Formats: sequence, C-alpha cells, structure tokens
Amino acid sequence: MDLLFTNAQLVCPLTDTTTRGWLAIKDGAIAATGTNDTPPDAREIIDCAGKVLAPGIVDIGVKVCEPGERHKESFRSAGAAAAAGGVTTMVTRPDTSPAIDNPETLEFVMRRAKETTPVNVLPMAALTKGREGREMTEIGFLMDAGAVAFTDCDNIVRDTKVFSRALTYARSLGALIIAHPQEPGLSAGAAATSGQFASLRGLPAVTAMAERMGLDRDIALIEMTGARYHADQITTARALPALERAKANGFDITAGTSIHHLTLNELDVADYRTFFKVKPPLRSEDDRLAVVEALASGLIDTLSSMHTPQDEESKRLPFEEAASGAVGLETLLPAALRLYHAGHIGLPALFRALSLNPARRLGLACGHLGRGAPADLVLFDPNVPFILDRFTLHSKSKNTPFDGQRMQGRVLACYVSGNEVYRRP
Amino acid sequence: MSFPHRHLLGIEALRPDEITAILDLAEDYVTLNRQAAKHSDILSGLTQINMFFETSTRTQASFEIAGKRLGADVMNMAMQASSIKKGETLIDTALTLNAMHPDLLVVRHPHSGAVDLLAQKVNCAVLNAGDGRHEHPTQALLDALTIRRAKGRLHRLNIAICGDIAHSRVARSNILLLGKMESRIRLVGPPTLMPAQIERFGVEVYDDMSEGLKDVDVVMMLRLQKERMDGGFIPSEREYYHRYGLDAEKLALAKPDAIVMHPGPMNRGVEIDGEIADDINRSVIQEQVEMGVAVRMAAMDLLARNLRTNRADPDAA
Repeated sequence: MDLLFTNAQLVCPLTDTTTRGWLAIKDGAIAATGTNDTPPDAREIIDCAGKVLAPGIVDIGVKVCEPGERHKESFRSAGAAAAAGGVTTMVTRPDTSPAIDNPETLEFVMRRAKETTPVNVLPMAALTKGREGREMTEIGFLMDAGAVAFTDCDNIVRDTKVFSRALTYARSLGALIIAHPQEPGLSAGAAATSGQFASLRGLPAVTAMAERMGLDRDIALIEMTGARYHADQITTARALPALERAKANGFDITAGTSIHHLTLNELDVADYRTFFKVKPPLRSEDDRLAVVEALASGLIDTLSSMHTPQDEESKRLPFEEAASGAVGLETLLPAALRLYHAGHIGLPALFRALSLNPARRLGLACGHLGRGAPADLVLFDPNVPFILDRFTLHSKSKNTPFDGQRMQGRVLACYVSGNEVYRRP
Repeated sequence: MSFPHRHLLGIEALRPDEITAILDLAEDYVTLNRQAAKHSDILSGLTQINMFFETSTRTQASFEIAGKRLGADVMNMAMQASSIKKGETLIDTALTLNAMHPDLLVVRHPHSGAVDLLAQKVNCAVLNAGDGRHEHPTQALLDALTIRRAKGRLHRLNIAICGDIAHSRVARSNILLLGKMESRIRLVGPPTLMPAQIERFGVEVYDDMSEGLKDVDVVMMLRLQKERMDGGFIPSEREYYHRYGLDAEKLALAKPDAIVMHPGPMNRGVEIDGEIADDINRSVIQEQVEMGVAVRMAAMDLLARNLRTNRADPDAA
C-alpha cells in the first residue's frame, strides 16, 4: 500500500455509515478499509487521531474568473482555496468574460487549470452562445473537449422555444443541463426577497414564488424533451413540492442548493451589507428551514458553495448597485457543519450532498470511500471552533458573508488521487 | 435634552423623546423664521455640503436656506451631473469630499442604503435627504411638526397615507415616526403600489379609498411618479384619479376638521384635486414647506452640537 490512514472516523455516504477504522490507498485509489482488523503495511502511515476522513467535496458551480477577471480569482488561487476547503473537484462555471461557449475557450481553461490547480477541475460550458439565450452552443464539440454540463448560469433562457430545442438536442448527446430556476420577469432588478424586511429597507424585491414558476416551466420542458436536468439552486419552500412531484414522475431531474441559503437568511443583510447579496437573494427563515429539511431528506440532492469571487470595488457600492455572489470554497465545509452541529443532518447525509450525489450526477467514480474509488479525501476536525478572518482565505477575493463569524470545524488535510494537496499549517 | 446621534439617517434609529426634542427645537426656529431678522450664528464657521445624486428643488432649497439662516457656509453639488458620470464610485466621492473637511453633509441618493454607506466613510455629520425607497427622515419630521401644530398632539390620531406607498421613502419614514408616536396609521392605495407584508408594520391596509378615509384626522397624499402611471402599476392616470385621487367627495368621509397634506411636488388632477390643495381651511401643504426649513434647522443644530462636543472631547461619544 502507498498510504494508510489509521485511527480515523470514516464517513461514507454510500454505505451511510460513520465508522472508526483505517483506510488504505494504492495507485491513487482506495484499496481497502477496515475497522477492528489489522491494517495492511504501507509506505506512509497517517494517524488521524480520531478525526473525520470523508470523500472530498465535488463542488458544482464554482466561478473561477479566467478568462477575463483574473484579478478576482485565478485557477491558482481558486485551486489553493479548494484544497484548503476540502474541495477535491471543482466543477467550474462558464459565466466568465467572454463566456466559455466554444471548444477553443474551453481548451484554454482546461490548460490553465491543469497547469496551476492541485485539485480536479471539470469545466461546464455555456448552453447558448454568449449566454444570451438565442443560439445553442456546439454541445457535441464541447462535450468532446471535456465539458461535463451545460449552463447559462444565472442568465435564464427566456425564450422557451430556444430552451426546449437546446434541451432536445442535449438529450440526444446525453448532456446534463444545469439551469437557474427563476421567472425572469418577476426577478428583474431584484436585490432582495419580497417581504417585511425588503419593505423596511426599501429594496427592490422578488417574490419567492418566482423560483417555483421558473422550476415549473423547466419541469414541463423536461417532461416534453426528456432531457437530463439539474436545478442549480432551490432555495424556497414553495418550489419543493414541484421538485418532489417531478422526481416521483420519474423525470431525470436533480436539484442543488447553496450553502449560503442553508445557513443565512434575509435578515443577515441587516444594514445593507453587500457581502450578503447573493443570487437568488437570501430567503426568509421559514424557507431556509424547509430547504435544510429537504437537503436532509435527500429531496435536494447536492450542496455547493456557489463560489462567486467579487472584488471590493464591486461590493463597496449601494446595495442595489453592488455585485451579487460570495466566495465559498473554503467556508463550505465549516458552514455546512453548522447544520450538523445543530442536529439537522448527520455526517454521511451531509457528504451525500457534498460529494456522492454531485459525483454521481456527473458520472464520476469519486464521492465515497468504497474500494476502487479515487482517493480524493478530506481530513477534518468537525469540532474545533474558530472565528473566520476573511483575509486568511486563499481566494483572491475576500467577499465572504462569514467574516468575523464563529465557525466550528475545519479542514486539516486534503488529498487528490492519494496525493496531499493541502495540510493545515 | 439628549440627542445622542452622529447622523440623521432615518427615523428607525430615533426614540419618541428624541423626535419630540427635534420638534420642540423646530418650534423655536418657526418663530425665528417668521421674524424680519432670520439670521442666527449657531452654525457659523461650519461647512455644509448638499450632495444630491437625484434631482430635487424643494428639499435642496429647504436645506440650503436652513443652513444659511444658521450661518453655515453652504455649498450645493449636483452630483448627477458630475463625477458619477465620470465613473467615480460613491465611496471615492465621499472620501474626496471628506478631505475638504465638511461638517454637515446632506445627501440624497436614488438607491436605498446609499446614504448609510456614505456615512460610514466620512467623519462629519450626515443628514439623509432621501435614499431610494428607504427613508426621508426630515420629511417625516416636518410632517409630524405640521400635524402637531394643527392637531395639538401626535398620539391617538387616525392618519391615512394614500397613494404610491411601495416606491415612497416618505411613506416609510412617516409610518415609522407616527407609529413610534402612537398614532393609528392606515395605508390606502392600489395593491400594486403596496409593499409586501406592509401590514406587519402595525398599519391597516385599504384598497378602497372611501373605507380608508372614514373618520381620519389627517389625509396624507403621496406623489405618483409619472413613469408609474401608464399600465405598469395602474391602468391609467384618469382611472387612478377616479379611484384614489383626493376630491371633495372622498374628503367628506374624513373628520370635518381633517387636514390634507402632500409632500410635493403635486400632480393636480392625478392624486389630488386642485381646489382641495388650495383650500386654506383644509390644506396644510404650504405650512409643510415652512415647517421643512424649521425642522432642518433643528436637526442640523442638534447634530452640530454633537459634532462640537465630540471634537472637543473625542472620548465623550
């Protein structure tokens, strides 16, 4: 064996278990695990001292600002942040400038990623050219070049005919479409979720119902076209029954949510704090709790950071003018552990949403601790408390809503194919 | 009397006794303003800059007169015409101005929260002259002073605020202020112009004007912005006037001595009948303008006192 972890809490979402034991790695893959039996010999042995060893996070929807805005985030800085956050696979977004909507740009991105990033990078490509919702991209060529999914990110394809054709075409190639369910007419110009708080602060707001309307439309199109579909973020209670029905009807649909919508609510915006401006906007506490429950039950499949770097200049503006988005690669796990410490979700179920489900949806072999899986692993202490200082983050942009907040649990080390890519100093 | 605030950013942060303190002081300035010699030297040596990122005639004039009467050096900056067009951010503009050592900064901005943001970056007193749909505190204070002078009190009054509540910072500040002073507030307007969950602010909501105006002491009309008149929020100007415009017939439902208010500028024949606006027995619209100057003088006086105390002893605050 090449590497052996002993004395670890092994969290495996596939077997839905947390067991005390050892895990052995050979040739970059998990070779064996055990509990009471004697572990095999290995060239290197790491005593985990009872800390948690779990499958590395597969984060769908990471924005790396290459090409276009490398001052906000480069592949190098994003890769360092991912490794420090236990994210072993970044599934990157195409909403760069220019958009990643042709094989040449995609190849550039993959080359940059390979040169500078210690973790796996799987790029997504735009569904329509320029993410403008008019003409579909070369889905076939882009898949050949390595695109794992197609999305226009938060640009909604308004024209239903264009979207239905793209879905139909994508189905013939088995491509996964990731969409942002939102009724674009209602959400135009919104900076908050409508309700008492937005009314008090005088912010332009969108009803939570706009998410369900967007999802309802997309579900009808999935039924019509049979496409493979993933909703990037479900954040409201009202959208959940529609999702549940669509799954019960056997459509090829999954859904994700973002860590910010699971751990923060609209009141956190307080006095117009723009680091809390995300898209869709933060929701009411009722919505947050409903989404937490849906994640725990498995109705919502995946949990991502929706890592969106923004520099100070684009955030230090009046709330309505400020850019949306928050960085999240490094805070995803500590923030998600809030749900664990609050008793909302167990560790295996948490890693089902962070690792196993996203891996499965993208057809990856990782995401669990079973034999033969790639040795993409995160070692973390779920209990150690700390106060987050945003200037300690590896991301070039420091726009985290968790700055100064108490967190519990942090990453100790991270491994990709059995190689250490991060160790906490 | 204590007024422990560095800025006047909104009504939300004020206590009822602080509101009363501003109004009491404003009464003194009403007296001063009615004299032939209107000048005082209270703000002498201080610099007041009016930064209006959104066009304004009356509020800017009111702040300018208030500052000049108190002896401040007043400068007006029409921001929509200058640096913003050149791409400077709000923060940079604030820092630039701050370097010129102003003492009082009067700011209006089209976006909610922008004045709060600016106040965090400067070390002078900031007065919010209206930010987006959020707050317009001096308007609410002048409305309160007008009501108190007409009705003798601010508590246990029935006050109807009518029209475009959703886009109105005047309405928000008034709801907060009159609620703090324990009056009963009714909001009257088409549901398309009502903010979400506004009933949670402890107000009664009516979409029928004849019900909403029944037995009220005060009818406060709001301006309907021209760009909201056609099709978007209401079907047409004439249908709006028919259902929500204040005319003699609708006003007859209010108490016989009910007063009519409007923050201006009015759209005669859209939200208010011209004759009612001019009826000196009912309309206090001109008095509101007069009270505006007095209230702004009072607010700047109080903030300048704090400014001087804090500068004399930086640890006092």
